[in-house]
Amino acid sequence: MTDRQLMTGNAAAAWGARLARVDYIPAFPITPQTEIIETLAAWIDAKEMPGRLVTMESEHSMVTAAGAAAATGVRVFTATSSQGLLHAMEMLYTVAGWRVPFVMTNVSRGLASPITLEPDHNDIMAARDSGALQIHCATCQEVLDTLLIAYKLAEHPAVRLPVIVNLDGFYLSFTREAVELPDEQAAAQFVGDYDPGANALRASQPVSQAVAVLGSGLYSYFRYEMHLAAQHALAVYDETSDAFAKVFGRRHAAVESYRMDDADYAFVMIGSFATKAKSAVDRLRANGVAIGLVRPRLVRPFPVAALREALGGLKGVAVIDQNLSNGFGGILHGELAAALHGFAPSPPVIASFVAGLGGRDITLEEFLGIADVVRQSADTGVTPPGRLLYSDQELREVRKLQAVAAVERDELGAGP
Amino acid sequence: MFRIRFHGRGGQGIKTAGRVLGRAFFLSGFEVQDAPRYGAERRGAPMFAYVRADEVPIHERGLIQEPDLVVVADDTLVGVPAAGVLSGLDQDTVLLINTTESADIWRHRLNATGQVLVRRPETATDTEDRQYEAMACCGAAARICGVIDRKTVEAAVRTELADYPEREVGRNLDAALAAFDATSAHQGIVRSKDVLASAPGQPPTWVDLPLDRADVAAPAIHVPLTSVLVRTGLWRTMRPVIDRERCRKCWWVCSTFCPDGAIAVNATHEPVIDYDHCKGCMICVAQCPPHAIEAIPERSADRQGEGE
Repeated sequence: MTDRQLMTGNAAAAWGARLARVDYIPAFPITPQTEIIETLAAWIDAKEMPGRLVTMESEHSMVTAAGAAAATGVRVFTATSSQGLLHAMEMLYTVAGWRVPFVMTNVSRGLASPITLEPDHNDIMAARDSGALQIHCATCQEVLDTLLIAYKLAEHPAVRLPVIVNLDGFYLSFTREAVELPDEQAAAQFVGDYDPGANALRASQPVSQAVAVLGSGLYSYFRYEMHLAAQHALAVYDETSDAFAKVFGRRHAAVESYRMDDADYAFVMIGSFATKAKSAVDRLRANGVAIGLVRPRLVRPFPVAALREALGGLKGVAVIDQNLSNGFGGILHGELAAALHGFAPSPPVIASFVAGLGGRDITLEEFLGIADVVRQSADTGVTPPGRLLYSDQELREVRKLQAVAAVERDELGAGP
Repeated sequence: MFRIRFHGRGGQGIKTAGRVLGRAFFLSGFEVQDAPRYGAERRGAPMFAYVRADEVPIHERGLIQEPDLVVVADDTLVGVPAAGVLSGLDQDTVLLINTTESADIWRHRLNATGQVLVRRPETATDTEDRQYEAMACCGAAARICGVIDRKTVEAAVRTELADYPEREVGRNLDAALAAFDATSAHQGIVRSKDVLASAPGQPPTWVDLPLDRADVAAPAIHVPLTSVLVRTGLWRTMRPVIDRERCRKCWWVCSTFCPDGAIAVNATHEPVIDYDHCKGCMICVAQCPPHAIEAIPERSADRQGEGE
């Protein structure tokens, strides 16, 4: 009998950690993630789950503790968001280099300034070169399932890297959906015991993890080995998600394709708003437009072969980035274009749209508008310039506030 | 799909009401998505919760642009633009307002083209105790959707309030079920819509953002005047009222402790509260040495013209 429950993405993340039987959780609160560690703390306090949760004085210390604990051979979980992830960044790069496995959830939230609580992917995108792998979820069910898969991936002897499981703030973190709760024994059996191998740091047997290497080929060796391990993680991910599908009946491929059979066009996006793209695809398909959705779940490692397979031969692709690399544009667009360039049946039009910054909605009408732009571009063969989804109404609102601000400055005598 | 929005203020139980309705749909065999939506969590601030329910998996996500039912647990929010109560209302939307005024008044006031239903608050007394109003709205909402039975409403309340003492669960149940029963005449007036049936709205009118000068485009707030223009007093649920007989005109305690600078002292040493900007934190009430400041629920204060 299946146990289907209504739960938020945050609760699903906590359940994932619980079912993976984590030993140690260094924690530091930040909206919209805090509910995850609160849930785990309550369970541990009520002796509903074993393990130890320690509140740290910052995310920087939290990730240090996560790496150090993983080096002793215990299974570690932690969670953060936004500025917290940035604060931890120095140590995230460092502990990834130790080649110790742990899983961290990041609940995506836009970065300051201006400060916001609402989601976009600039926080998690900032971590993409850290050495930590990253998997992006679109539903609460995926959050739970991905946590279990992530431990197997991180702990695989040929990978041994931290894995970040990303979920969007608000749209997953505080949103309840039906989630099938895996059987405790089945989950434990699937994840298995962590065999730490050489990761057995003890007080009596000191290990220096962060060695200095100067003036030789050593630095390149160590960093490139991380790259090779991350690339190898693609094959390990496929094996692991296949094994998961066999046990639990849910398939979480490295790249999800939705209604892509016979498609001429595709939306490409990551995260929870991709489900909105599915609504738009259904609508467009009903009107005879041959369009689908391609959603990479893995962003590191980047599933290049699977993306070529899914997008090769199409007439046009619309990449919707919920992030913005200032002075460049959408990050996913750049990475996808690099992956497809020079590959024989590369789509002639790969258009870039930046949207959903700081939690801004992307409406059905906007998805339909994007599909129109891509179809016209495919007809003319001219790729459109990158576009921020921003309405005249939104600009009017900004202009109104700026007019008020100008009057204020005048009245204060502080400005021109 | 049913698309439902609940509007109220932080602290009125709107999140819980949304979850009870979501749970009731879930227990009735529907796929469900429910979520609260608020900014910085703050008692008294406008917030909303939404529920989607369908017989097939739900792909839509986030804000509900075209609601089938809008429930307003606190009618003072209708006039607050930032609350977005009226967003996306059309002739197919049912509007359920918790109010002492008639449906006709609201229909005319809002120029509403869809059905307007009013629910009279149970607590017409001078108590601030409005905590069961959201639950009552939830019971009424369940009834007018027409696909949830009474026993399921009860099960949903019990499940969502499982951590509460039985007495509290009982009061919530009473509120939800009484409203469920009282709304029988309107059973099923809210219709589930096929997701592909409705026509999409206007195509987007995207603009290219112009490059503005950095001093214009930096997110700075010019504090003194912006703060004057934004009427943060609308967040208040309790109003501090100064008893002029008791006030010793000490001239400094309440005005100094007020974290919002909303209490000034006039030329005759009397403290004057700026109700446009008092958020109702009640720190002045706690600090006043002769206890000359009383906390009065906003609604009854309005009726009695307190502090004006």
